[in-house]
Amino acid sequence: MTEKYNMPDERGHFGPYGGIFVAETLIPPIQELNAAYHQYLNDPEFIAELDADLKYYVGRPSPLYYAERWSRELGGAQIYLKREDLNHTGSHKINNTVGQALLAKRMGKTRIIAETGAGQHGVATATVAARLGLECVVYMGAVDVARQSLNVYRMKLLGAKVVAVESGSKTLKDALNEALRDWVTNVDNTFYIIGTVAGPHPYPAMVRDFQAIIGRESKQQCQEATGRLPDALVACVGGGSNAIGLFYPFIEDESVKMYGVEAAGDGIATGRHSAPLCAGRPGVLHGNRTYLMADDDGEIIETHSISAGLDYPGVGPEHAWLKDTGRATYVNITDTEALEGFYALTRMEGIIPALESSHAMAYTMKLAPTMSKDEIIIVNLSGRGDKDMQTMAKREGIEL
Amino acid sequence: MSRLAAKFEELAKTGRKALIPFITAGDPRPDFTVPMMHAMVNAGVDVIELGVPFSDPMADGPVIQRASERALAHKMSLRRTLEIATEFRKTDQETPVVLMGYLNPIEAMGYEDFANAAQRAGIDGVLTVDLPPEEGLECSTLLKARDIDPIFLLAPNSSDERVKKMDAAGSGYIYYVSLKGVTGAGHLNTTDVETKLQQIRANTRLPVAIGFGVKDAQTAKTVANIGDGVVIGSALISKIEANLDDPEQAKNEIIELLTSIRQALDSYRA
Repeated sequence: MTEKYNMPDERGHFGPYGGIFVAETLIPPIQELNAAYHQYLNDPEFIAELDADLKYYVGRPSPLYYAERWSRELGGAQIYLKREDLNHTGSHKINNTVGQALLAKRMGKTRIIAETGAGQHGVATATVAARLGLECVVYMGAVDVARQSLNVYRMKLLGAKVVAVESGSKTLKDALNEALRDWVTNVDNTFYIIGTVAGPHPYPAMVRDFQAIIGRESKQQCQEATGRLPDALVACVGGGSNAIGLFYPFIEDESVKMYGVEAAGDGIATGRHSAPLCAGRPGVLHGNRTYLMADDDGEIIETHSISAGLDYPGVGPEHAWLKDTGRATYVNITDTEALEGFYALTRMEGIIPALESSHAMAYTMKLAPTMSKDEIIIVNLSGRGDKDMQTMAKREGIEL
Repeated sequence: MSRLAAKFEELAKTGRKALIPFITAGDPRPDFTVPMMHAMVNAGVDVIELGVPFSDPMADGPVIQRASERALAHKMSLRRTLEIATEFRKTDQETPVVLMGYLNPIEAMGYEDFANAAQRAGIDGVLTVDLPPEEGLECSTLLKARDIDPIFLLAPNSSDERVKKMDAAGSGYIYYVSLKGVTGAGHLNTTDVETKLQQIRANTRLPVAIGFGVKDAQTAKTVANIGDGVVIGSALISKIEANLDDPEQAKNEIIELLTSIRQALDSYRA
């Protein structure tokens, strides 16, 4: 693919995917957001403020770390970790919330809402809301509230109201439903900060653009460290924001392979997983057309993953497009394999990854040995594992 | 002329307002719906909106969400909703039936298969909450070719341009969502509705039914008088929810409420 990549079109389509599929009340705020986004995207003052926030508040650039021991141990490609775990609040999510919060401020919105799965996006949203003095409400599935209680506490400390969503499967998709219901009720003063590259246009493109700094930095850092482009990129995919952030600046570099890693949960064959690209079908949910986990009647199926952040039945529409065009390859990793990735990185490099990122680590353990020693993989270490300590300790039968 | 167009024409001639109940197909159980539909017709309703249960009803409040969950627990689906409509049509060829739901079940069936199945089931209109006209052209063209009206929503924040768009894309009637919020919310302001309806009327000649937040005969009468009809959903489903162990009682209470609304609406006749 050497031709210029310029997705999406102006109505937010990535081929047959994306678009705007929302109830009528949300059309005006989406049009308003789209106009503001395009205005400020090219506004030097806005860009300067965003860049300063990313540098001094988030702590960018994040390092591209050469995992020398782990590379040697796996005996194949040289592995570089993009250290998004070192960002303020502990994951890549803040890249996007800083950007959207600046937009909200310029649009005169006084109230911020967000959905969250693992709580990383909720924390990143509560953080920027606290800093800007904006009211903040975070919707989180009741199941996730229970398994990510540390992040719930962090959000509350930051002054956010956390609403446990009791409808449906009580996970991320239901949190998104509830956030949409809030937005439809409070459209005039409320800005909805979506945390992933899903939702109605312009969210998939906008969140990608805010996250693309991951890939831009990686490209430059890889050049500096090795004098060339990487051969492969690996990132976990739930909604897909950290993956698209890494992939996007490399899309036109056809020598760079891209691997998106979905959560296979108990295994694809069991049906208990969260891998719509690997085992789903196209459909419409949460404002866009994309691959979904749905049954023959079009009802959304409950998903499963050890990581709350990947426990989502849809995926960003751009990933659907990259899959269909063959530009990116989507693979899957089970809960058990993800845990192996978690322990490997922890013990081999002294870095405890988030369970979401552990899926990317686990796939890297499969991929690296198939590549030669002079090849390079960049893996997105999208978040740190602190939030998962309770889950892990519980699995090991330890009371904290 | 479609059954819906004929119905609204007849209502306009006689100076009556349309009473449009909404119930979710298969709630609280599949065998409840067809007898309920016939009973509502006997109570004087003009059009029936039949909700297609969906796992993720993003525009609905808690009452209709739970109705969907109850129906889905009985394996209700778009296909089975169409079976219910077919059953109803066996003994009622007059009352227009409008399907109301979300896009994904229709996507899963395929637009053309759905349009054919809806036609066979005697469906008169299809209102897809998350399918705005920009994305809905393919589906609405297939529906219109089968004399099924694609019905679109308008909201309090819809611009003149949007109203014109719905006028061009839709037929049958326009469903005006009387408040910013989800179904069954409780803050409907009739003065606002009145102001908005003037803007809508200036840009479309389609009949306008008003819904969301209509709970009782008094509100129904007021909003129906502003528009051409009134949609009442959550208030009916609340009766089902309050009588889950006694569906017959739920049916009686729904009929009682609809009868009182019918009387209130007709008391406005000139």
